[in-house]
Amino acid sequence: MLKMRMRMKMLLLLGWCCGLVCAGQNRSDPRGQTGFPVLSINYDYVQMPFEVSLWILLASLMKLGFHLLPVLSGVVPESCLLIVVGLLVGGLIRVMGKNPPVLDSQLFFLCLLPPIILDAGYFLPIRPFTENAGTILTFAVLGTLWNVFFMGAVLYGACRLEAGRLASVDLLSCLLFGSIVSAVDPVAVLAVFEEIHINELLHILVFGESLLNDAVTVVLYHLFEEFAHAGEVTVGDVFLGVVCFFVVALGGVMVGGVYGVLAAFTSRFTSHTRVIEPLFVFLYSYMAYLSAEVFHLSGIMALIACGVVMRPYVEANISHKSYTTIKYFLKMWSSVSETLIFIFLGVSTVAGPHTWNWTFVSITIVLCLVSRVLGVVGLTYIINKYRMVKLSGKDQFIVAYGGLRGAIAFSLAFLLSSDDFPMKDMFLTAIITVIFFTVFVQGMTIRPLVDLLAVKKKKQSKCSINEEIHTQFLEHLLAGIEGVCGHYGHRHWRHKLDRFNKRYIKRCLIRGERSQEPQLISFYNKMELKQALMLLESNSSANLSAGDTAAPQQRSRKTLNISKEREEEIRKILRANLQKTRQRLRSYSRHTLMPDAEDEDEDWSETRIRKQRRMSFMTLPALRESPAVRGSRVESDRPSVLFTLADERLESRGHKPSVTFCLDVEEKPLPRCVSDPGADQLLEEDESLHQRH
Amino acid sequence: MKETGFSHSQITRLYSHFHSLDKGENGALSREDFQRIPELAINPLGDRIINAFFPEGEDQVNFRGFMRTLAHFRPVEDNEKNKDPTSGEPLNSRANKLLFAFRLYDLDRDDKISRDELLQVLRMMVGVNISDEQLGSIADRTIQEADTNGDMSISFSEFTKVLEKVDVEQKMSIRFLH
Repeated sequence: MLKMRMRMKMLLLLGWCCGLVCAGQNRSDPRGQTGFPVLSINYDYVQMPFEVSLWILLASLMKLGFHLLPVLSGVVPESCLLIVVGLLVGGLIRVMGKNPPVLDSQLFFLCLLPPIILDAGYFLPIRPFTENAGTILTFAVLGTLWNVFFMGAVLYGACRLEAGRLASVDLLSCLLFGSIVSAVDPVAVLAVFEEIHINELLHILVFGESLLNDAVTVVLYHLFEEFAHAGEVTVGDVFLGVVCFFVVALGGVMVGGVYGVLAAFTSRFTSHTRVIEPLFVFLYSYMAYLSAEVFHLSGIMALIACGVVMRPYVEANISHKSYTTIKYFLKMWSSVSETLIFIFLGVSTVAGPHTWNWTFVSITIVLCLVSRVLGVVGLTYIINKYRMVKLSGKDQFIVAYGGLRGAIAFSLAFLLSSDDFPMKDMFLTAIITVIFFTVFVQGMTIRPLVDLLAVKKKKQSKCSINEEIHTQFLEHLLAGIEGVCGHYGHRHWRHKLDRFNKRYIKRCLIRGERSQEPQLISFYNKMELKQALMLLESNSSANLSAGDTAAPQQRSRKTLNISKEREEEIRKILRANLQKTRQRLRSYSRHTLMPDAEDEDEDWSETRIRKQRRMSFMTLPALRESPAVRGSRVESDRPSVLFTLADERLESRGHKPSVTFCLDVEEKPLPRCVSDPGADQLLEEDESLHQRH
Repeated sequence: MKETGFSHSQITRLYSHFHSLDKGENGALSREDFQRIPELAINPLGDRIINAFFPEGEDQVNFRGFMRTLAHFRPVEDNEKNKDPTSGEPLNSRANKLLFAFRLYDLDRDDKISRDELLQVLRMMVGVNISDEQLGSIADRTIQEADTNGDMSISFSEFTKVLEKVDVEQKMSIRFLH
């Protein structure tokens, strides 16, 4: 018997070796050799994917490495370190004799940028964004316009004065250069601001501005490029330029909105194909981006609009696992993209042809700072007249100082044709210098400055049902008071939009009875589910009284206080309902709550949400159902112990807390680029998830 | 009108609006006048808001009372602190705003939001489709989160503490046009 097995194994091994040799034989070049080459090398076949993978691997290993050196990552922002790595790698390649690759613009705009923007747009905190929309738009549009024209004009004047090599730079080129370099870059802003954890208002101001100024940049860039190509500018052309801006901005948003609605509608029907749900989200968003780019509309705005529009509906429709998948994939891709972008920036610096001109470069850097500060201060003065919570001087400083430039500027400059712009190399050098300056100097110093100025940091707020209820309460209250005053503020319109949303849109786009669910209820359910999962993961099996979590002291005192008869009742009900049950009521270990292996097909968490809802309707002695719930009864009975006992808590009115859980487990937020568990977009995302209006 | 802090033009504007609401032309507003406002009719908290305008036990509110209630919703201004150190806290301070909101929950004025009061508010906000038990569990959870002294109700200080991270100054302010 054993001998047979051994022989079979030998035969298999031999067969495998033969196959390998034959395969090797097939792929290698047929030469007139006498023997079989056992081992041959064919690098060309895999070169492209191999190199791409190698770069991505390098980027990820770098990220890993930085977090093993906490000293370094505390002082220097990650983006700086990555650029330095890029410089080193570029230098290495140069030393080896080959030409280092430059950041290809097509690769950048089509592959590296969209994941970052989609990640930003999908998890955009909607409520602060809409509350400050006016301010953000003012900074994005007017601020960028001011920067462009101020820089262009002063640079032109300087070039005129300087003479020499700079004399050939005409006004249009200066304006074009201004338009490329003025735009605040979302990638750089994200990379740096994520690490400093400033308060939500400032974060959304700078970040929102960096996203929305894409429309302005696109229009101005194409405008000036066209003008330079055509050679003549008329008043009509300028007017058309203004029209073009509106078309680009609004068109981009519309394209994104349409794709968002399509994605939401598609997600309504995916209940039987849960596995590919995340794919729809990604594909529709990417298509929105590409479609916008086809028409030279603002791809970034399309992507943001798509993410924002589809998110509330998609999340009501998809399963919990898909939601997690989307979250993690977006974070992963955007993280890798960002790393690659910065490394490539470093490499391109070593590679690109450089024309250094002291005057031009130094004036550019000074101008960037000056025009940004002037723009911010001037605009804030106007904006503060219309804001309820004014922007203080400290806020203005941070907004001005946070205007970082990044890879978008570089790629746009790289796309310029050398025929129309003979000074392209000089521009490139200047832009790279500006990027380095902003990322290194401003990026490194912003953290100590924030501490020095004692700018309000981000509040680490946990998911709180109190806040949700009271916030909604205040919204209603203020809407009513505004009605009394006869004042049609933005709350009025938001309420109208809300009502419209609830009545018509949610019916179409959300499947099943969840379209009728009030926001408060879905928030509460999500919160309960999340904390149940927290409980599982924190493995507090024997410690019902929240021994090792951060629960406040009095909660840890309240231990399990069920009387014996109650416990028997619970056991009886569980036995009746659960098919496979383990009689461990006091210890919530993983085994009690995890599904069985054959459960993979069923959407267990979806059932659990419904189950939990049903359970909380149930009272222990009598299975009384309310009419609204009857429709949603699911036949498969797998109530979880956790929720049945939550229901137990319902029963004990009065002053005897029967069961209390450690409900204040800290959620470990998933940071994108940094490993320190500062509350990042995820906590915001979870809050804003239920504050959409 | 110093205690309300409205400027002269704001008061004039509010008075003309008050006048337009006052269909009975008797210089005071009754409950029916308020109920005629369309926004309040569809607002879940409409009745409570109306009640907030009327002082204890009265059925009419004059212009002074009207303004006094609305003064709570003025935006908070930093330079106001320096103006009048003797007049006590202005009506639109954060604490007074929160007190106003608290009183809307706390109908029986016992300075505590009990479970039943919370349930009533939740029921108004959520509508009729949700069962009592589920609302009850939400109310229990809410009280448990906020309650620090264990009396199963939310006092004003607990209420303030829970909302300390919420930007009340912005959420409870209306821009009264000049």
